[in-house]
Amino acid sequence: MSSNISEPLDAELALREALFRYVLRLGDDSLILGQRLGEWCGRAPMLEVDLALANLGLDLIGQAIHLLAYAGEIEGAGRDGDRLAFHRDVLDYSNCLLVEQPGGDFARTIARQFFFSHWQLLLFQGLCGSTDETLAGIAKKAVKEVAYHVRFASEWIVRLGDGTEESRRRILSGIDWCWRFVDELFETDAVTRQLVATGVAVDPSGLREAYDTAIGLVLDEATLPRAAPRRGVVGGRQGRHSEHLGHLLAEMQFLPRAYPDAVW
Amino acid sequence: MAEAVSLSGLAERIREVLADVPDPEIPAVSIVDLGIVRDIDASAPSVVVTPTYTGCPATAVIERSIRAALDAAGLPNVAIRSRLDPPWTTDWITDEGREKLRAYGIAPPPASASLRGRQPVACPRCASIATEEISRFGSTPCKALWRCKACGEPFDTFKCH
Repeated sequence: MSSNISEPLDAELALREALFRYVLRLGDDSLILGQRLGEWCGRAPMLEVDLALANLGLDLIGQAIHLLAYAGEIEGAGRDGDRLAFHRDVLDYSNCLLVEQPGGDFARTIARQFFFSHWQLLLFQGLCGSTDETLAGIAKKAVKEVAYHVRFASEWIVRLGDGTEESRRRILSGIDWCWRFVDELFETDAVTRQLVATGVAVDPSGLREAYDTAIGLVLDEATLPRAAPRRGVVGGRQGRHSEHLGHLLAEMQFLPRAYPDAVW
Repeated sequence: MAEAVSLSGLAERIREVLADVPDPEIPAVSIVDLGIVRDIDASAPSVVVTPTYTGCPATAVIERSIRAALDAAGLPNVAIRSRLDPPWTTDWITDEGREKLRAYGIAPPPASASLRGRQPVACPRCASIATEEISRFGSTPCKALWRCKACGEPFDTFKCH
């Protein structure tokens, strides 16, 4: 084997591996938050909110279906979307830590959605121009839905922040809890760097300024202060998760684990 | 020439079959009315459909309904393909589809997404534009819940998408 043949091949394989991991991350984010929102079904403070949270969860699971199916295709090892969703354990999940955080009270759920959806909107807007056509197609579809998520979460931030003494106290506490997981959304690593160079991925660090501006405008309207600086907690992209993810997966994956290969 | 005629005849036949396939969530309109059917290729032969919402549970049902309708019409060889890009928009709902939605009690979306929020939502029952949103999220991903202040009736609005 001469090196001038194997080198381009290695580079191509490395790029494929990076694309697999990148698409898997996006799919994991959507799947885990979709599952979290489903936990509110039948338990929300009022019917309209119940419908809204279930709708948001449905959109996110829809994104996950497309993203995980595509990840399986890239990997080429015979795993489809369901296989990736239901037959991986905690360490193989690469979602960001923010989405696996338990819903807490309604205010914490809104804070989590607010921080996530503003980020996802900017990211998907960027991915609409990806050189990867499949990824761009998924982003173009999802961006219309995420715009709704942003409006929903932002309106509730304002209502809770500029509401009663109790709603304000609760949303402040929700924001304080979630804020430590926001830095991770803007992390750049070897996977994103490789794909940014080829125009496939968006450089997440480049979204930070627009993000801070967007959430700042909403916080101002809600008469809420900016979140106090906190040391960011990271590690989700590398499979280092909180204990919460295991509990979530145990519930989500129960059926395929108990009855392998069950079909409708 | 004869082949070209029979191909266009087949495409027309497929279109007729699809025009009778109802949307599973809103059976008053067909999948053609909703603009879900993007392409009919008689030479393949195949049809291309596009999902309305990424997580819409109706997507799988629609595919099964199309298959059943094609089988029943003696067209089992037609392949069904799904296409995500360009994404579906309410702009693709036909005029006939909009009228059927209104008659069914659902306020149709504005004719163009560029008019989002700039056109009043008229009550599908009494046509009054004294209406207000109750909940942006309704019984299905494509609908929001509204209320008419003139006749007092709540109603669904098809979301501009």
